[in-house]
Amino acid sequence: MLGLGSLETALAFWLCIVATLICIIYGAVNWNKEGTPDKVKSEKIVTPPGQQEKDQ
Amino acid sequence: MLGKILTILIYLGIVSYLGYKGWKETKLAPDYMLAGREMNPLVMAFSYGATFISTSAIIGFGGAAGMFGFSLLWLTFANIFVGVFLAMILFGKRTRRMGLVLKSLTFPELLGRRYDSRFIQGFAGLIIFIFIPVYSAAVLIGISRMIEISLHIPYDLTLILVTLILAVYVITGGLKAVMYTDSFQGLIMVIMMVILLLHTYSLLGGVIPGHQALTDMANLMPEKLQKGGMQGWTQGASFGTPLWLTIYTTIVYGVGIGVLAQPQLAIRFMTVSSDRELNRAILYGGIFILLMTGVAFIVGSLSNAVFYQLFDKISIQMAKGNIDKIIPVYIEKVMPSWFAALFLLAMFAAAMSTLSSQYHTGGTSLGRDFFEQALRTSRKGSITITRVGVCAAILATLIWSWSLPPSIIARATAFFFGLCAASFLPMYLFGLYWRGMTKAAAISSMLGGFLTSMFWLVFMHKKEAAALGICKTLFGTAALTAGAPKGSWAWLLQWVDPNVVALPIALVLAVLVSLFTQKYTREHLDYCWSNF
Repeated sequence: MLGLGSLETALAFWLCIVATLICIIYGAVNWNKEGTPDKVKSEKIVTPPGQQEKDQ
Repeated sequence: MLGKILTILIYLGIVSYLGYKGWKETKLAPDYMLAGREMNPLVMAFSYGATFISTSAIIGFGGAAGMFGFSLLWLTFANIFVGVFLAMILFGKRTRRMGLVLKSLTFPELLGRRYDSRFIQGFAGLIIFIFIPVYSAAVLIGISRMIEISLHIPYDLTLILVTLILAVYVITGGLKAVMYTDSFQGLIMVIMMVILLLHTYSLLGGVIPGHQALTDMANLMPEKLQKGGMQGWTQGASFGTPLWLTIYTTIVYGVGIGVLAQPQLAIRFMTVSSDRELNRAILYGGIFILLMTGVAFIVGSLSNAVFYQLFDKISIQMAKGNIDKIIPVYIEKVMPSWFAALFLLAMFAAAMSTLSSQYHTGGTSLGRDFFEQALRTSRKGSITITRVGVCAAILATLIWSWSLPPSIIARATAFFFGLCAASFLPMYLFGLYWRGMTKAAAISSMLGGFLTSMFWLVFMHKKEAAALGICKTLFGTAALTAGAPKGSWAWLLQWVDPNVVALPIALVLAVLVSLFTQKYTREHLDYCWSNF
């Protein structure tokens, strides 16, 4: 319980740490996994506001 | 004082350089709106985290922890598990892939193109544009309270000064500039929060003695809070009491789930080039959020024990009744002066990273989503409107900051998170996973969720209903729930967050209406699904 006054708050305290560990483990295990390659390429479709006005 | 001002000036110099670097690298619209879709995962994770966590989370919710104690750690758990882990795995990967195929540059645009509906894009853009200033006001109030207490500058003047600095920064830079500066700001925040945690525990003699000291103070919990159901700062609230409902329905559930449909966060999924970056961002993001909200809520709670040992008062007494001032007063009174200067900087960083994204999102929602896409105005016209939109969002934020009452940060944040969840979450989730979701269902779900939220705020949830006064004018009572017999379930409804009702209604509408309305063509669905 770590000095906390109820199971409700002690559980929250521990779950925060467990959830972070899950994130760390998942991130480390899948560190280099790219998934299936994208089937489309990112298109540079529109110019940004400042650039576009200069172009016009 | 001079030290604090000099530190801020040096910091602004570094941020200006990073903003300039991002601006120079910004050549095309995907650069401007999605940072070229090639962001480094560490930058993306820190940026996601720094946008997600702001002065609102640290000062507003940290202050709420000073009132309600360790129960708020359930929100940290939700932030990490739902807001990072599930958000990146369930939503992030598919959002990135679908966003790429549909060439979406904003969150409403992703929804609008998935459902082939200009109405959805326009309406979503309008909701975001109108209501995001309430959330940004919460952030602006947070940093302004911090500056007010730390530098002794009047609160109203601080609001204007911070707004002016941010306005220049947001209007000139695109998302790349925002994300570079975000990650630098994220780094400062991490260092400061670690020091804050260690210092607080060391003041109380360690982790367990610190918690125990707070546990032993349960009898000092203010009488009003005890009547509302609070048993102590480490004991939590009694089940089903008004404060239990406030903590769990508004703070934990409303904000914890609401994060999944936040437009300014969802677009960050589209800034990376593959799933690999999102996997790595989960690792960084989990640690980052624990160090931010976890530390803020622990220190917020423990501030009661520290204040009591040093000043014989609990936190809310030290803050003179304003929850939003608990963390700033703690930093000023308890932490060393060098820390106060650097923490102010970290909070300034946190506020800037979130506010810049909010203004950016508000502006593009009006310019691109509402005018350019939904009303089909010319692109050149929409650029001007986007800029006007950014300026309007900034101005509206300032007005909200002036008019909102004290102790408001956490509630204003929860309002926007809840509204986004009720309006967008079912449509967003099913849009990514369910081919059977129809256009009529998406529109019904969005409108149903939005209108239920609004109805609940105006007529049922007492705090907002009383402040708005519409219910009083029409029915002569502050809220329709207020007249119910004390202790009955109808009476308790006045503390139940709108999202508890609105989100399930939106979900049911999404499923039911889909079953009876016209499906999308196979071609459209295959196109949307083509990158999965």
